[in-house]
Amino acid sequence: MNAIEFILSGMLAAATPFLLAALGELVAERSGVLNLGVEGTMAFGAALGFIVVYNGGGHVLGFVAASLGGVLLSLLFAFVTLGLRANQVATGLAIGILGLGLSAFYGKPYESFTVSGIGKIAVPGLSDIPVVGGLFAQDIVVWLALGTTVVLWYVLAHTKLGLLLRAVGENPKAANSIGYPVVLIRLGAVAFGGAMAGIAGAYASTIYTPLWADGMIAGRGWIAVALVVFGTWMVGRVFWGACLFGAVSLGGIAAQTAGLSVPSQLLTSLPYLVTIIVLGVISSNRTLLKINGVPSLGEPFEK
Amino acid sequence: MTTVLGLTLPRLVRRDHASVSMMVIAPFAALALAAFCNLLLYAGLGINPLIVFKAMLIDPFTSYFSFSEILLKAGPLLLIAQGLAIGFRAKVFNIGAEGQFVLGAIFASAIPVYAPQASGLWIWPSMLVMGMFGGLLWAAITAFWRARLNANEILVSLMLSFVAIQILNYLLLGPWKDPMGFNFPQSVMFQYDALLPILLPGTRVNVSLVLALVLAGAAWLFTQRSFAGYRLEVGGLAPNAARYAGFSQNRAVWLSLLIGGCAAGLAGAAEVAGPVGQLQRSISTGYGYAAIIVAYLGGLHPIGIVFSAFLMATLYIGGDNAMVSAGLPIAAVYVFQGSLLLAYLILSTFVRNRLEWPDKAPAVSEVGRQ
Amino acid sequence: MTTPLLSLRGVSKSYGPVHANSGVDLDVAPGAIHAILGENGAGKSTLMKLIYGVESPDAGEILWDGAPVQIASPAAARRLGIGMVFQHFSLFETLTVVENVSLVVPGTKQELTERIMLFGREFGLEVDPLAHVHTLSVGERQRVEIIRCLLADPKLLILDEPTSVLPPQSAQKLFETLRRLAGRGVSILFISHKLEEIRSICSHATILRSGKVTGNVTPKDFDTHELAKMMIGRDMPAFARPKEMEQGASCLEIAGLTLETDDPFAVSLRDISLRVREGEILGIAGVSGNGQSELAAAISGETPLPRSMRDSIAMMGRNVSLLGAAGRRKLGFAFVPEDRLGQGAVPELSLVKNGLLTAHARGLKQGGLVRYGRARAFAKDCINAFDVRTPGPDAEAGALSGGNLQKFIVGREIMLEPKLLFLNQPTWGVDVGAASAIRKRLIELRNSGCAVLVISEEIEELFELADHIQVLNEGRLSERLKTSETRPEDIGRYMIESAEAAE
Repeated sequence: MNAIEFILSGMLAAATPFLLAALGELVAERSGVLNLGVEGTMAFGAALGFIVVYNGGGHVLGFVAASLGGVLLSLLFAFVTLGLRANQVATGLAIGILGLGLSAFYGKPYESFTVSGIGKIAVPGLSDIPVVGGLFAQDIVVWLALGTTVVLWYVLAHTKLGLLLRAVGENPKAANSIGYPVVLIRLGAVAFGGAMAGIAGAYASTIYTPLWADGMIAGRGWIAVALVVFGTWMVGRVFWGACLFGAVSLGGIAAQTAGLSVPSQLLTSLPYLVTIIVLGVISSNRTLLKINGVPSLGEPFEK
Repeated sequence: MTTVLGLTLPRLVRRDHASVSMMVIAPFAALALAAFCNLLLYAGLGINPLIVFKAMLIDPFTSYFSFSEILLKAGPLLLIAQGLAIGFRAKVFNIGAEGQFVLGAIFASAIPVYAPQASGLWIWPSMLVMGMFGGLLWAAITAFWRARLNANEILVSLMLSFVAIQILNYLLLGPWKDPMGFNFPQSVMFQYDALLPILLPGTRVNVSLVLALVLAGAAWLFTQRSFAGYRLEVGGLAPNAARYAGFSQNRAVWLSLLIGGCAAGLAGAAEVAGPVGQLQRSISTGYGYAAIIVAYLGGLHPIGIVFSAFLMATLYIGGDNAMVSAGLPIAAVYVFQGSLLLAYLILSTFVRNRLEWPDKAPAVSEVGRQ
Repeated sequence: MTTPLLSLRGVSKSYGPVHANSGVDLDVAPGAIHAILGENGAGKSTLMKLIYGVESPDAGEILWDGAPVQIASPAAARRLGIGMVFQHFSLFETLTVVENVSLVVPGTKQELTERIMLFGREFGLEVDPLAHVHTLSVGERQRVEIIRCLLADPKLLILDEPTSVLPPQSAQKLFETLRRLAGRGVSILFISHKLEEIRSICSHATILRSGKVTGNVTPKDFDTHELAKMMIGRDMPAFARPKEMEQGASCLEIAGLTLETDDPFAVSLRDISLRVREGEILGIAGVSGNGQSELAAAISGETPLPRSMRDSIAMMGRNVSLLGAAGRRKLGFAFVPEDRLGQGAVPELSLVKNGLLTAHARGLKQGGLVRYGRARAFAKDCINAFDVRTPGPDAEAGALSGGNLQKFIVGREIMLEPKLLFLNQPTWGVDVGAASAIRKRLIELRNSGCAVLVISEEIEELFELADHIQVLNEGRLSERLKTSETRPEDIGRYMIESAEAAE
């Protein structure tokens, strides 16, 4: 298998944790809430998912536990930021630290343990095509993540619910004055984001690399937050951004197998460096951010 | 009025004036709330919460040595948190202090690594200066990205922290590895003149603590009395008012990040030139993140931060104790830190707001009660 | 007498120590155009929020068709048949007209598009259903708001200060629409502080002062003077047109300023030229949203100008085009912005620190440190000299009432002894007493030789203050009109000139 085939076949699975977490954060941010606790929420979900799967609960139950854990942390976040109107940045950091701590706390007895992953489902015919065939043999969660992307795109672009979410994010005062429960809608969006982050973590710990190691999320939650900016709050662009990061995170392994003599630390840094560079490029286009951005993002809503 | 499941919820009402008493109460109440929740958590694991409580919050003060270890830990937390708080007040969220700390450690180590035989009183002060420069340089990247490219400083500074760790790994596994170090990822042990003078005999407390306290005084002067500090405060509270008054936003970004980077770099230098005595992977133990909590817990006020830095240092030492005496996982310290910040954010809401139960309308006029 | 559609009995609402409404009684008959008259801060908006379910009353009851009701939310109000057009529209700029409507009215996009066109033709409320709201003029946005209410088939329509955003001619068109609606049996609650228009279209008026009802009248039976007296409790502050002044050197000169914006929510400025001289007040009239904020930011230096505009603005005879806000202030420029909380003052800071915001150059700092003793003295002087009602200089700006904070900000800028003072909407949302005090100060300042530039939506205010008026419309500034030789209708014509050309 050459490097290109390797990257193509593994890219979607590598992209899935980024994609799921970023889509969840996108929904929360569309409603006007900036939740920086994604990294910690992912880690917490990863630990819960791993513990359930390791103890024989199976992947389905593991994912349910992870998503509930994510919802729990995000409800805590929502209580502090939406209920008490505290600073969203600081609260997000607190949730992040708490989630990382809880994952290490509960994951401690499982350090370096492994679980078995799940098999791949191949699209008959398409998966036999040379070079790109690997793209069409993915595990069930990847397929579901792709499905979720399409559904979310449809909901945000073509339904009243999507319209409402955009409306609340653009002008919460106006949404309130025409009778929509702004806080409740934001609460729902934040909870959705938490569930997605929890699932993203569980995918990372029980399927993508089915092994528990403290700190295994390694910044992927933060990159997911950055992806929402890269994607300028649009589902399609977030998807392509997640694919890019999936490919970049495999690039290191591909380069090593190809025998390139680059320090491994540089390859490990690659996703972070790409994030920094892309953030600079996208953000310097202020008009783009202004047109697509969420005007009320991060600001507490007071009637 | 909001009603949920038949319960009438109180309304959060803005106060006319920030409540000074709440400002003082909030961190202590937060500590109590966080301690309570965490002890419950330990009890859930079958660990006796009373033993943990004693090990964490009482034992550190029972011996001269463990108290001195608190002072030692408080130094870097105090330095970094003072720097960060200046930025946070201006709503410049530098959360990459960990990376700036590491770069400070690396820059400071360059002197003893490249001149292991050098001697003289100039060495440790130059290392501190180098450390500040390293932290400043690393923060400057974030400042440039934010000021010129409009990029979010939270994400950039954090990504740079991840990169900084990789630079540290690269140096320690490659060019800076101690040839006599049995292949451990660490630099040579620093010579005597590259180490900070000890302040309290018989302990590891060094002059950096004095430096940190002096800089806390400087931070007080800067935030409470200087015009530059006032400009940052306005920029943080009301960016449009700062623009209106002609205070430059870019300048605020640069100033905040450079001060934060400088302080974190100094702390990193003091760590390698202090208790560690060489450059190692383990110098990055999350001081940069813990300092965020210290800054908030201190109410972003230089005097408050002095107290919160000592509190956080106590938690570190106490956590170590509890690990030994109660078998508590070290991660418990991070859980405690996270919940402490969260509890503080919950309680500090009531500095500017109060709860009002709908059936108890305020009959007393608040006018003229100043 | 028929049963009133809506009745309020003894309705009260307090915010902390402030009694916004106390014991308000109100009866609105079916098909009536009923005015709620009161000055800023009299409690009109609170009353409307209570009727529309945005807030709940502390005491009293609301009757609908004679039956007591609890209006817990705007949705509940809409179910009863109450629609409301807000003063600051509750529209979403990034959405299209039909999307905005669909958030309130059920139906498919197709159906709604057709109904919007139908209503537009029937009531003279034409608007393109597929246009994005941010591309619409203020008048068109108001039409969208009204259509959105009408599509829900209301029995009562509330309009909060609807004409404050319209040029006089468009206001006439709006009245025509309202009369047609009333003819169909829709009751209209019309909130305003403009006496003339209330006399011309309202059949009843309920007058509010300090949260209490002070009169229930048929407005046509009273002249504006009598109505004003009921509204503010005393005679309107008398005012005499200031006498002409000898005008001196030019303090502000703008020549051919064009500022294209790529921000879809902002207005581009085109070929702006004006001049203000010592001892002169120049007024800029126009409906908000026609470039006022953009022009204000360009003059104050908050928006940096592109290099191509490097010769477009001069102050006190010096080219300041590329100078920032701080640099312009050093030349003797002072500015009172439109937004009091968050721009003109920092709500969380004390008046001492808010004084420092722009007065720091007047010896309030030394060697990089703030001299807080002097800053406090400055704030105290300002409070005393401008009659700011506050417990003292340590009060936070956010705790002051709108009028008092505005007096403080205007006072602070006047105390800087500027050569050129620029004010954007100086009396917006300010009670009558504070507004007339501010206007008096501005005239004194002009008489002492200062150049004053005022942007205002209120034509009456500009007629009271300005020596000359120019009208801002869609980013263009009209020619210079001498106030004493101009009538309000002429100003109105300039306000809608290009809007008419477009239709």
